[in-house]
Amino acid sequence: MEKAISSHGLKQTFDRRTFVIGAVQGGVGLLLAARMGYIAVAENEKYRMEAESNRVNLTLIPPRRGWILDRNGSPLASNRADFRVDIIPERVGDLGGTVRTLSELLRFSPAEQQDLHDRLEGAAGFSAVPVAENIDFEAFAAVSVRLPELPGVMPQRGYSRYYPTGPAVGHLIGYVGAASREEYELEPIPLLVTPGFRMGKDGLEQQFEQRLRGEPGARRVEVTASGRVVRDLEMRDDVQGNPIRLTIDGPLQDYAARRLGLESGSVVVMDCLTGDLMCMASMPSFDPNSFSDGIGRVEYQMLSENERVPLRNKVLKGLYPPGSTVKPMVSMSFLHGGLDPEETVFCGGGLQVGNRRFGCWNRRGHGTVNMAKGIYQSCDVYFYHFAQRLGMDVIAPMARRCGMGQTFPLPVNSQFFGTVPDPAWKLEKYGEPWAAFDTVNATIGQGYMLANPLQLAVMATRLATGQKVMPRLLLDGQAPRFDPMGFPAEHVQLVRQAMSDVVNGPGTAGRARLPIEGIQMAGKTGTAQVVGLNISNGKSGPWRHRDHGLFIFFAPFDNPRYAGAVVIEHGGGSGAAYPVARDVMTFLFDPQKGLDALHAMERQWGGTAQERLAADYARYATAAGVDVPPPPDPVTLARQVDAEARAAAPEPAAAVAGAVTPREDAEPLPSTDAPR
Amino acid sequence: MRRALTLPAPLAQIPWIMLIPLTALVLFGAAVLHSAAGGSMSPYATSHLVRFGVFLVMALAISYVPRELVLSGAYPAYGAVLLLLVAVEALGAVSGGSQRWLDLGFIRLQPSELMKPTIVLVLASFFHTIPIGMISSWRALGPPLVLIALPMALVLTQPDLGTALAIGFGGVVLLFLAGIPLRWFVGGGVVAMIAALLAYFFALHDYQRNRVTVFLDPESDPLGTGYHITQSKIAIGSGGIIGKGFGEGSQSHLDYLPEPHTDFVFATMAEEWGLIGGLFVLLVFGIVLRWGLEVARAAPDRFSRLLAGGMTATIFFYVAINLMMVMGLAPVVGIPLPFMSHGGSSMMTNMICLGTLMMIDRWTRNSGSAQL
Repeated sequence: MEKAISSHGLKQTFDRRTFVIGAVQGGVGLLLAARMGYIAVAENEKYRMEAESNRVNLTLIPPRRGWILDRNGSPLASNRADFRVDIIPERVGDLGGTVRTLSELLRFSPAEQQDLHDRLEGAAGFSAVPVAENIDFEAFAAVSVRLPELPGVMPQRGYSRYYPTGPAVGHLIGYVGAASREEYELEPIPLLVTPGFRMGKDGLEQQFEQRLRGEPGARRVEVTASGRVVRDLEMRDDVQGNPIRLTIDGPLQDYAARRLGLESGSVVVMDCLTGDLMCMASMPSFDPNSFSDGIGRVEYQMLSENERVPLRNKVLKGLYPPGSTVKPMVSMSFLHGGLDPEETVFCGGGLQVGNRRFGCWNRRGHGTVNMAKGIYQSCDVYFYHFAQRLGMDVIAPMARRCGMGQTFPLPVNSQFFGTVPDPAWKLEKYGEPWAAFDTVNATIGQGYMLANPLQLAVMATRLATGQKVMPRLLLDGQAPRFDPMGFPAEHVQLVRQAMSDVVNGPGTAGRARLPIEGIQMAGKTGTAQVVGLNISNGKSGPWRHRDHGLFIFFAPFDNPRYAGAVVIEHGGGSGAAYPVARDVMTFLFDPQKGLDALHAMERQWGGTAQERLAADYARYATAAGVDVPPPPDPVTLARQVDAEARAAAPEPAAAVAGAVTPREDAEPLPSTDAPR
Repeated sequence: MRRALTLPAPLAQIPWIMLIPLTALVLFGAAVLHSAAGGSMSPYATSHLVRFGVFLVMALAISYVPRELVLSGAYPAYGAVLLLLVAVEALGAVSGGSQRWLDLGFIRLQPSELMKPTIVLVLASFFHTIPIGMISSWRALGPPLVLIALPMALVLTQPDLGTALAIGFGGVVLLFLAGIPLRWFVGGGVVAMIAALLAYFFALHDYQRNRVTVFLDPESDPLGTGYHITQSKIAIGSGGIIGKGFGEGSQSHLDYLPEPHTDFVFATMAEEWGLIGGLFVLLVFGIVLRWGLEVARAAPDRFSRLLAGGMTATIFFYVAINLMMVMGLAPVVGIPLPFMSHGGSSMMTNMICLGTLMMIDRWTRNSGSAQL
């Protein structure tokens, strides 16, 4: 009985506990149903989106970049159909065989072949590894034909930036390259990190980045978890970027760049009527074509080691003492100050002011000198004398009105101001009062005075036209109107005639005469000394110690249409500059005649600028081997170039303590035998 | 009685009320496996159906085993499976790696799977044999704990935490049903918590510990272990109410879902069939488990009651842990979903459980008719 009750009790316990278990099971079932309902209904939207973003991969197609056109509509920067070969390592069957076949088809060197092999072995599966870019059509076709035996190899068509004239437009247009980390942080959009996308890194390419960029195309694909593409879902074509049209005359730009030859210098040519900048050549330069895949280490090393700073745009960021090229402007300020142009001074090779004697570049003296002779013979004494009388407060405002010490509203990354010194400026900068010798130095464009070639060209244009011409780079189809400078016609006439006499009369630059019937060029020479007489005579010795050669010009002299400036760094004197100006202007009026002169010279120099750059590069690369440190990223590079430019053209650290002794100007070295 | 009139006796004794929904579930599982294989019957769906057929026959065969044979075979069966576990350990040690299965040619047999029904059987047999009055004494508790601990320890060293827990769960449920006083469970619960903490810090493998950590905070490792749970939830959640349609599940077809044909087969299903498919699966399991408990309640004696209750609990444990895992309510422990996941061992275990339940159902009918 006891046992039966107990057994019965156990059965009751069992039933109770089975019920508990059943209840637990039912509870868990309800919990699961509720949980599933919550995930699938309440959070459906969220998970649907997550599943979709898992499934669909958006691949951007880099847009074709807008063209950069010259004033005649010819491309200075265009896009070249680019053939490239990529590999998806995961799909490759026989890695070694594929690499061998590809190396044969693409004519790889053993080192390149090994490099490719290593890259493929280290690559992770499904992402494409570039094999070769910029290959020619024959190689592309050869690879395409062999595709059936090369699984995983993908020949692709893309576009790369192409600059037909290469180094001639390097500084002006800049170059393109893959976005850096800094640029991506500034503009965090997926396009910037899309393989094959290139953005403007310098010059106009950078200034007009948004306008040139265009709209990326897109490819929506379905991908597996490991990234393998299953199928294409949707395709959208890219929209090419808008073109920009410059005032630059492409052939003239190329000619000027090539005409600079072995020298380091710049040429600016402006249209006097519109202010159009037709040419802004700065050499030596770099080839922007070779930068679009990033600057190679050898290339960067070569460029940064060159003391002629090929990475600096000398038109905007080269600052030079303008030397005697300021004399027409100073004369104009004298006229403005009420000086009679026929008033004379006797030049005996120097001028005594107080207990000091200031020398003229011509130690034998110029005899009796009026304003016109002061200009065309570049007599220093004439300017010393009248500057003492009229004072710096007459000269400095005129210099500024003519464009010196100014920047212009141009789409460029930076332009340097230079210096137009006056008493207030000196007091603030050095804490010293203005001295007589400061005026003396300023009237001959030395001492503290600094200008860039663009400012010199603007000065020439404004003096020639009497209009406040503003330079411009973009052709917008409108003819700009300029304010008059307020020069009386006879003043302009006088300066024009005197500057014409520099070239066509008894002046300092007879060899600058244009070899063209009926067109006469006016100009003014300048020789800017870099170091004192005690270190160098300015004509020979180390390159860095030689004088800068300068020349400003306009033509035709009696009805100015084009004006400009040429600066040859350390060219040994103005004689290095004006033959360049002569040939550039000759090319403008008679292209064939200009080219004949250039071709003769290029035969001596060893080819065009582009050919010489390529040859230099090959030579340098052979000598350097691969043992070269990598280049800095583009952002650092830009900063560095700025710094270099500033260091290379400094204002004097301490106040100038005396007068500069002007250099001889009449018998310069011919530019063609300037040593490299 | 109407069924007995319309069907021949052997067919009438088959519990159609459970078997028809179950077959529907297995067919549904085959459809999901067909989709998981990328729209193909091979390699999963065909073998899934074949196995179900084979093991259904086996289950029917089991249902004819007489009670005395089961009772007398309990301890030998337990001993044999225990030996198999030791043999697997030894094989693993010899081959220099961990091993969970024995290759029998037609099936890779996991002895740890066999242990799940066996532990229920041996414990039911034990409580059947001890005097009823002893149930509240420690002597009713000690031997079963040893019987549970031995296989758990062996399975844990494989290491296979999921199966070890399943064995432990089956055993504990049996103790509960056998009428062990509740205070032991409360005390045991406290001890188990302490043991779990100790185990977490000292005994678990790094990957197991990691799974627990990630379960508590899946976001901490979205690309590693948490990836499984995250992707599973995305699959279930993106299915919505009616699902994306048969063969349209992107999560499973594009490899985002790990193990779409085994542990995460429910997520594969839910993505394509939605909440409706999920409720169907829950409903079928509900029917099967309810039928199991009814068999247990109706069973004529203590042994068969305990056996039936334990078998039901074993199936329940599979279902509950798997579904909680794929919905992010339990850590990833690698337990397949009965009758849907592709895999021979789990199908066999679950069909043994079902066969045993059908066997007890038959005993009940027979004793009932004998009494009548």
